[in-house]
Amino acid sequence: MATRTYLQTLTDPLIRQNPVTLQILGLCSALAVTTSLAVALTMSAALTAVLVLSAGPISLIRRHIPDSIRLIVQIIIVASMVIVIDQILQAYFFELSQSLSVFVSLITTNCLVLGRTEGFARHNPPFRALVDAFGNGLGYSLILILMGSLREVFGAGKLLGFQVLPTVDQGGWFTPLNLMLLAPAAFFMLGLIVWAIRSILPEQVEPLDHAPPNAERLVD
Amino acid sequence: MDLWTLFLRAAFVENMPLTLFLGLCTFIALSKRSSSAIGLGVAIIAVMSVTTPINYLIYKALLAPGAWEWLGMPDTDLGYLKLIAFIGVIAASVQLLEIVLDRFFPAVYSAFGVFLPLLTVQCAILASSLFMVERDYNLVESAVFGFGAGTGFAVAVVMLGGIRGRLDYADLPSGLRGLGMTFTLAGMMSLGFSAFGQMVAP
Repeated sequence: MATRTYLQTLTDPLIRQNPVTLQILGLCSALAVTTSLAVALTMSAALTAVLVLSAGPISLIRRHIPDSIRLIVQIIIVASMVIVIDQILQAYFFELSQSLSVFVSLITTNCLVLGRTEGFARHNPPFRALVDAFGNGLGYSLILILMGSLREVFGAGKLLGFQVLPTVDQGGWFTPLNLMLLAPAAFFMLGLIVWAIRSILPEQVEPLDHAPPNAERLVD
Repeated sequence: MDLWTLFLRAAFVENMPLTLFLGLCTFIALSKRSSSAIGLGVAIIAVMSVTTPINYLIYKALLAPGAWEWLGMPDTDLGYLKLIAFIGVIAASVQLLEIVLDRFFPAVYSAFGVFLPLLTVQCAILASSLFMVERDYNLVESAVFGFGAGTGFAVAVVMLGGIRGRLDYADLPSGLRGLGMTFTLAGMMSLGFSAFGQMVAP
């Protein structure tokens, strides 16, 4: 840990230690707000902002937080940041904040924020904590943007509201896949993304829990 | 809307993990064995059916617009504080539940293990309180809604735990093992649950 450079702290969470596909953090919002790219972008920006804003103060007062009430202290700092972001979104981006509905408030309990403050900001000096928070925010945004664009292109033939694939009812050839906008497709797509990443980086593959009798055949 | 319909709607039509994507982190992380899945399910039902009505009372008595009218402040709207208040209530009731179980039912307490404190950051629990405010339920409705949402979560997590336990012995492609397969399974369960969508008229 101590030998990691700032650059590694920033780039590791992008793919190698990605919060969504490896650490299983921040799943709820990653799946729920990716029906279109614009919403996914807003959510990514909001989450990265909360993550960075709350990592700083928590890291600054890390030596003064008693261990027994640390969860409550951290959650209250995070919740205050979320309230600020929520009020900003409602004031300047009212329509987007309507489509995000309760999910902005739910950034509070997004396990990604608490997971990083608990796992990293609590043990590291402020600047390093900020870099780590920003890197994790970027890694989260990467998955959200990927899923948001895939789901919008195949589900509605659009990207950021512009028609990319001409649909059948406009005289084109593309039949929108309505399933892509529904809940199951989000699960399937994330599963496939995890599979793709683990095929490229085999060190992320989970070990077998039980070794079957003919284990030699499976371990190749 | 009568209470039975509300219960069915909360448990199946708007199933927290499978159709609304809430509480997924614990849903995926703790469903490795059906035994831990059952523990998690019971804990969720208990916490949700307690916190949703308590949060209703706190919201109506202290935070809702006009709650301070009797003090001569009819325009005060403390609604923006609901997030902090709800989180506080959830953390406190989880802590209380932990103390009570530890004192009176040590066997149950040791069965829960690490799951209890984790429930503080469970988004499904916070979400059921936020939905309660958004949809303007009354006290009885919010209790039924909390219980129904908890039951739906428990049913889903126990089912997923059972399937994953069986899959331990399956010969999966190595990249799909663990997390990848779990997402695919959850997707299939979600397809199944979407059939409940027509069960209750919105």
